[in-house]
Amino acid sequence: MTLEPADRVQAVGPSGIRRFFEIAEERDDVISLGVGEPDFSTPWAARDAAIQSLEHGRTSYTANRGMRELREAISTYVADRFALEYGADEEILVTAGASEAVDLAFRAFVDPGEKVAIAQPSYISYEPGVIFAGGEVVPVPTDEADDFRLTVDALEDAGAADAELLVLCYPNNPTGAVMSRADLEPIAEFVRDNDLAVLSDEIYAELTFDDDFDSNHGGSAKHTSIATLPSMRERTIVFNGFSKAHAMTGLRLGYALGPAEAIAAMNRIHQYGMLSAPTTAQYAALEALDSCADDVATMVSQYDRRRRFVLSRFREIGMPCFEAKGAFYVFPEVPDGWMANEFAEELLHEEGVAVVPGDVFGVGGEGHLRVSYATGLEELREALARIERFVAEHA
Amino acid sequence: MSEREVLELLRENARYDTADIARMTDLEESEVEAAIEALEAVGVIRGYQPVVDWDRLEDERVRAEVELNVTLDRETGYDDIAERLARFPQVTALRLVSGDYDFDMEVEGDSIREVSQFISEKVAPVPEITQTVTHYIMTSYKEQGIELGDGEDDDRLSVSP
Ligand SMILES: Cc1ncc(COP(=O)(O)O)c(C=O)c1O
Repeated sequence: MTLEPADRVQAVGPSGIRRFFEIAEERDDVISLGVGEPDFSTPWAARDAAIQSLEHGRTSYTANRGMRELREAISTYVADRFALEYGADEEILVTAGASEAVDLAFRAFVDPGEKVAIAQPSYISYEPGVIFAGGEVVPVPTDEADDFRLTVDALEDAGAADAELLVLCYPNNPTGAVMSRADLEPIAEFVRDNDLAVLSDEIYAELTFDDDFDSNHGGSAKHTSIATLPSMRERTIVFNGFSKAHAMTGLRLGYALGPAEAIAAMNRIHQYGMLSAPTTAQYAALEALDSCADDVATMVSQYDRRRRFVLSRFREIGMPCFEAKGAFYVFPEVPDGWMANEFAEELLHEEGVAVVPGDVFGVGGEGHLRVSYATGLEELREALARIERFVAEHA
Repeated sequence: MSEREVLELLRENARYDTADIARMTDLEESEVEAAIEALEAVGVIRGYQPVVDWDRLEDERVRAEVELNVTLDRETGYDDIAERLARFPQVTALRLVSGDYDFDMEVEGDSIREVSQFISEKVAPVPEITQTVTHYIMTSYKEQGIELGDGEDDDRLSVSP
């Protein structure tokens, strides 16, 4: 066959999520806690800005790096919220979703055979991204005993010192773990000592719920970016986007922040592969930053309530669950005697509740479920009642 | 502060049970109960009612918004007029407002005839009332913060990354 897929492509199988999606789609009584996507609609002002941009026919390509105004707005926003100082001219790249930015970074910074350490469990796209770029994955497990935070011991044990890149995602998909400044300091030291670069996916940064955090350090949000630690800015690319906190998944808009030369390298690929991020979405994003902070705050407080509710219910049900403090996932343990995917599959068959088994997110995920609370409270109540019944019946 | 949070949750859904509110706020159930009792005792919470979409009910229900203009004299103030109007069971809401008219009154009845009669026979003759403008409600799209449409289906993928 002439259209024989490349070895790199063949090396990546279908995602573990796909199978659950297919089973869940077959029935119509399913309550899904398997979604990594807000249930809120995009703030109206942002939608309106998108509509207006269409009405005025503003539908041509923008600058490769994204509209100047948007880059300026991003620059101000990340400085105010996260104490991240990046110039609009050369240090910000607007992309089609954080996904594109992540992919660009692997292609821009990974040479064939180079090692990329990934703190796991982790978002499912990193590993394939590394493989497509010809790199080699070094999984670095995180442990429930450490609340799924990354430790230097784990980095050392996994051999991350030999890697070129370290991929971090905090607040984490799938665990909901967050890392405070104090947690990040030793990681930064390891990174500097071993001369690694860091790809830090901070797309859930707004969704950080820990009231006790001491980590504002110049930003107004509770989230701390590793790029704000000493000497980390020059070796870090930060990813963020509008999908999660601004409920704009389908608009496909994200961005990367980094030192000028690194952003230029990513832009070199982006300018040929994508030309520019969707223009309509850029107008929506600009408005989202200008005027939707209250909408975000409202959604964040709703998520926080649901988070507490779900954590409390899992404890009552007798499924231990550490205190997830970010993103919109909790990561409870399956009861003794179950494999995560068996539990998830039986639960879906018997009770019509879809969750994602933790093992699809890599090492450290077995024995857990990813449960999304980006779903209305009524459904969460019902879903947890069904899980409770399921667990009681199989005890 | 916790009272405020409890209030917000009850406004979202007055039927959340105290255990659920406790779970959502990280309060003890007894604290939630105490907060609700306190809110009721001081009269912040005045009652609990369902949000009704009358258009879906077989029985006819007629509702109107009535603008009222009044004149005041030395003996009669807004409160006196309001007190008199609020006593009528047909009046479901009454507010003093700024702008072109003085009171904004909501009236309910079983037929247009009943509501019209109420306004012309009971409200208009009140000596201080100089003008009434009645707007019959044709369709309600949102009540008490709740949209009354068909409810959007969740069209997200049932499982996603
Ligand atoms: C950690 C993480 N990064 C990136 C993405 C993708 O974001 P975007 O929609 O901006 O491409 C997701 C989506 O689930 C995610 O969970």
